[in-house]
Amino acid sequence: MTKELLKGNIAFAEAAVRAGVDAYFGYPITPQTEALEYLSHRMPALGRAFVQAESELGAINMVYGAACTGRRTMTSSSSPGVSLMMEGLSYIAGTEIPMVLVDVMRGGPGLGNIAPAQSDYKHIVHGGGHGDYYPIVLAPANIQETIDLTYGAFELAEKYRSIVVILIDGSIGQMMEPAELPPMKPRKKQFPEWATDGCEGRPARFLTSISLDPPKQEITNLRILKRWQEARANEVICKEYFMEDARYAVVGFGTAGRVALSAVRTARAEGIPVGLVRPVSLHPFPEEVMKRLSKTLDGMLVVEMNNGQMLDDVLVYTKESLPISFIGRPGGVIPMAEEIYSSIQQLVNNPPPIGSSPRDRWFAKVCKEKGL
Amino acid sequence: MQTEIIIAGFGGQGVLFAGQLLAYTAMEEGLDVTWYPSYGPEMRGGTANCTVIIADEEIGAPMVSRPTACIAMNLPSLDKYENMVKPDGVLIVDSSMVDRPLKREDIKSVAIPGSKLAEELGNKRMSNMILLGALIANLPAVISLEAFERSLKEHLPERHMHLLEANLTALEKGATFIAV
Repeated sequence: MTKELLKGNIAFAEAAVRAGVDAYFGYPITPQTEALEYLSHRMPALGRAFVQAESELGAINMVYGAACTGRRTMTSSSSPGVSLMMEGLSYIAGTEIPMVLVDVMRGGPGLGNIAPAQSDYKHIVHGGGHGDYYPIVLAPANIQETIDLTYGAFELAEKYRSIVVILIDGSIGQMMEPAELPPMKPRKKQFPEWATDGCEGRPARFLTSISLDPPKQEITNLRILKRWQEARANEVICKEYFMEDARYAVVGFGTAGRVALSAVRTARAEGIPVGLVRPVSLHPFPEEVMKRLSKTLDGMLVVEMNNGQMLDDVLVYTKESLPISFIGRPGGVIPMAEEIYSSIQQLVNNPPPIGSSPRDRWFAKVCKEKGL
Repeated sequence: MQTEIIIAGFGGQGVLFAGQLLAYTAMEEGLDVTWYPSYGPEMRGGTANCTVIIADEEIGAPMVSRPTACIAMNLPSLDKYENMVKPDGVLIVDSSMVDRPLKREDIKSVAIPGSKLAEELGNKRMSNMILLGALIANLPAVISLEAFERSLKEHLPERHMHLLEANLTALEKGATFIAV
């Protein structure tokens, strides 16, 4: 297999094709539109379904209908478009059917801008749509990872009858890197026992998210939680760099994680024993990794392209039992490696008191710098 | 070992494609590479730039504040990036698009009348190739001109194939400009 120079948006689209996606429904929005454009010719050429819907609401409800047939179904969008899809996502979760969503995040809230951001962590990882449901959320940091995770996303969604979200940002959507595409999988020919795809010769099946009898809805919610508990036990992915002898760790996902890698390398060259922990599965979150590190390290720095959304999860599992700092760039700004490096130096040379709020300390500094 | 290159100019000058060709060459040489474009709302006639990072290990940050090298194809790009180039780095400027002298003395600066030379070679739009030729010649440890020419032959769009020879000439012309 040879490497190709691939743009993120094209890479995940082709990875989905090779994973056997049967139907794609979407609506254009920067910075993910290349995926939609690519699939608009790629899918029909393979005899598969592609629809540019009239809106994100249309697209997600088309996904809902198609996913009920047990076929591999996906959509992609960017932050404001994903907000519009939230009702449909909750219905899909409540109906317990699998689907894949790619969210190429941009600066928000509101219409915001089209620059890369990690604005949607809480809204994707901790809900967004109403009700108790638990999407599996994967956050690649480069093109190869984006391909590999998208390729595996459909089977993961089917295994847990769950929504799988590939959470990237505009920079991964727009950048090009050498990567290998996997082989084309044959499309599925066997469909699950719940699929509503025509009942000739068999009893009719029924799929819905409405359950007017509360005790029955309660059972549904508990069944969704049961599948989630299995995913939580089995599907954690977390990458570690330079952690063998590290006394400190920078924690960051996606693009913030890869920028932190540059900062960690600089710090290592200066003799600072620091490593990088890059959660790839954001949901399930690498809880055990955080618990273990909180007991063994001398300090932790969380880096995000938002105001500290994952930070809250890190604090839950570390119980704030070690010095923790935070640095964030919200609104569509990519942090520079130098600012992360200087935060590493600060953490090491002047560790903050245990239990003091990392966000408050970061924010006080930012207010001073920006005159807020 | 990592090299960061920023290519900047007006939309339509071939800034993004020039960066892609560097990325293809690096990939075909077995190196790791990241090509990251500006993709703001500005389009034709506005400013465009891309960052190409070439390394022999997994690439971290896709953007840098201190690049190893920069090609500035117009005055706004020169004004923006001249001060950012790392000491001992390389700055290649299209002097036919810029009406001021270069300031830095701690970097290797090369001023080439790229647009004018390209026009003499038959097509003003080949100025990107002249400047790329100079960049590659002034960064000899990163990629070779021969490797770049191979990837140009491979990746020049079909509709421009009749210009391949002229592009190669432009590239080699640019490669004669070595910083003193």
